[in-house]
Amino acid sequence: MSACHECAVAAIPTPANRTRVPTVALVGPPNSGKSTLFNRLTGLRQKVANFPGVTVEHRVGRARLGLNRAVDLVDLPGTYSLEPRSDDERITRDVLLGHRPQVGRPEAVILVLDATNLGRQLILAPGVLALGLPTLVVLNMADDLRKRGGRLDPNALAQELGATVTLASATTGEGIETIERFLAGRFAVPSRIELPVLQNIPACRLWAGRIADQSDYRPPVPPAWTRRLDNLALHPVLGPLVFLGVVLAVFQGMFGAASPLSDLIDTAVRAASRATASLLPVGFFRDLVVQGAWAGVGSVLVFLPQILVLFLFIGVLEDSGYLARAALIADRTMARVGLQGKSFIPLLSAYACAVPAVMATRTIESRRDRLATILIAPFMTCAARLPVYTLIIAAFLPNRPLLGPLFGTRAAALLGLYVLGFLAAIGTARLLRSTILKSDRAPFVLELPPYRWPTVRSLGLRLVDRGRAFLTRAGTIILGVSVGLWFLCHLPRVDGQAPVITQSVAGTMGRAIEPAIRPLGFDWKIGIGIVTSLAAREVIVGTLGTIHGVEGGQSSLGLQAALRQDLSPGGAVALLVFFAFAMQCISTIAVVRRETGSWKYPALQFGYMLTLAYVGALAANVLLG
Amino acid sequence: MHTLDDLPDGQEGVLEALRVAEDIGARLMEMGFVPGARVVATHCAPSGDPRVFEVDGSAIALRRETARRLLVRPPEMP
Repeated sequence: MSACHECAVAAIPTPANRTRVPTVALVGPPNSGKSTLFNRLTGLRQKVANFPGVTVEHRVGRARLGLNRAVDLVDLPGTYSLEPRSDDERITRDVLLGHRPQVGRPEAVILVLDATNLGRQLILAPGVLALGLPTLVVLNMADDLRKRGGRLDPNALAQELGATVTLASATTGEGIETIERFLAGRFAVPSRIELPVLQNIPACRLWAGRIADQSDYRPPVPPAWTRRLDNLALHPVLGPLVFLGVVLAVFQGMFGAASPLSDLIDTAVRAASRATASLLPVGFFRDLVVQGAWAGVGSVLVFLPQILVLFLFIGVLEDSGYLARAALIADRTMARVGLQGKSFIPLLSAYACAVPAVMATRTIESRRDRLATILIAPFMTCAARLPVYTLIIAAFLPNRPLLGPLFGTRAAALLGLYVLGFLAAIGTARLLRSTILKSDRAPFVLELPPYRWPTVRSLGLRLVDRGRAFLTRAGTIILGVSVGLWFLCHLPRVDGQAPVITQSVAGTMGRAIEPAIRPLGFDWKIGIGIVTSLAAREVIVGTLGTIHGVEGGQSSLGLQAALRQDLSPGGAVALLVFFAFAMQCISTIAVVRRETGSWKYPALQFGYMLTLAYVGALAANVLLG
Repeated sequence: MHTLDDLPDGQEGVLEALRVAEDIGARLMEMGFVPGARVVATHCAPSGDPRVFEVDGSAIALRRETARRLLVRPPEMP
């Protein structure tokens, strides 16, 4: 037995001679179903990574082929060509040429093309084949091609291209075996064929047409249902109604469906922290675990329902094809502020929370528009601002009816704050467009893919992927900073006890910043609240409650009375303005860092928003004080 | 000479030339807008802009400011 055991140990190869897992790149135009194929081949064994310095990301996943063969698949950004005109194209080209050290030069390429639109999609083929790498050409959506009366002889096309060609459907699983056989086999170098000059696109297109003809390609009839559905979706009257319905559904989903789930998570985390508390001896360590760590975990997990609900909606909208139509309808309005139609859904969801909104910007292909959307999203009035707004408005503004019993002075003030955030977003978008983000001259070109049924598999994978990306990349930062903030509030310890908040490090910081915030009409108590609310804006309500020794709810009359002692009416307006503009949210900072791939943009954004908040609050206090 | 933007919904034209910067022209040509291609105007957004064109088997939306820079001629009679 023991001898056998030793044998087995000896048989494990040392790292030096262990066979390296080959890398295979997936290349294809947008909407070719490349990512669906990637998901099909790798399942959940995948991770997302950003290339340093650019907002372009790629996914790497492992395809297991039998017992002892695995291949690392790299899903590169969708591109129409390998001419390096955009970041996506530059990255794809660099990886294929082996110029990106994070990803080794691929041993082989899978070129994914939409079989229902072969003539146009084939113009990517010469550039990819000219690399001289072993290439499998996958003609995806073969089921769609047949259904709509098209056909193609893959063997004839293989002959024309000098590479293996297979018909496949990533959604139904057709042809997956052939692809796996290609990955499992030895990669054969393609035979050399005469290729057109790459820069000459019309010549490329003529070449593609000739190749398709010689492969007995008959294009499918245009999708009749898509035409009919577009007559509805883009109808001058019904179109906007459908659009409005979708918008309301997303909004309702984010607030109505996600909020109870977040509350549920909150309750569960509290229960777990209480259970932990009963197991540990009283002392600093127990406080750290129960209040610091568990609260930190809770502050990460409460975002999950909103992220999952939003990405479920985006998944359905994108996979069905409606997202492109929604972008088309919103484009005119968004173009006025220098954005485009695809910015609409992310900005809409920012009214619930900027964290999922920033993550949702990845549907925007244009780097400039994506960055602009990320940078203005935190101005939208998110749900975390509401408890702060409600408390201050209730403390300082008596409610008198304005328009009927439902719309009083308080509702008007709240609406005014929504408008204020919106105007700041528009102004910032204009400013960005005329300063740091003006170079991109790419025109708005939007492909409207045919309508399709979204598949449960693809939606599920997307949710797991997004949820995991949030937890591992942004969640760790949020957890770390939450625990760090807890330390600030609970150190230094006095006689083995946690200090009262005014004596803690956070309290000292609140006092330290008092000279800076005094011109805004804020005292040191508000200062402490500003420090602690970096964890999440609504935390200031609880902090002020603790400082004043009253129950810290937003409807608490004791807290309202205490606030009237602390703040002049001018200072109250200043505080509202401050919270409308300042980026008081480490979770958003963390997710912007994750999505843009560097600290540059979150730092810029935090500084800009803080400056705006300071100047705005100062103006409010001086004018009204 | 007409532009793509003059093409009413449901009408077809043949693309003659692209009066745009080289890189933008390349992007449009990759999407199917090569000289000689048949383009059909199919829909427009409810606000009238952007418009949707069927070209080379796909539906592509362009803003009017871009469509105005693409020149078309009427299709030849069979």
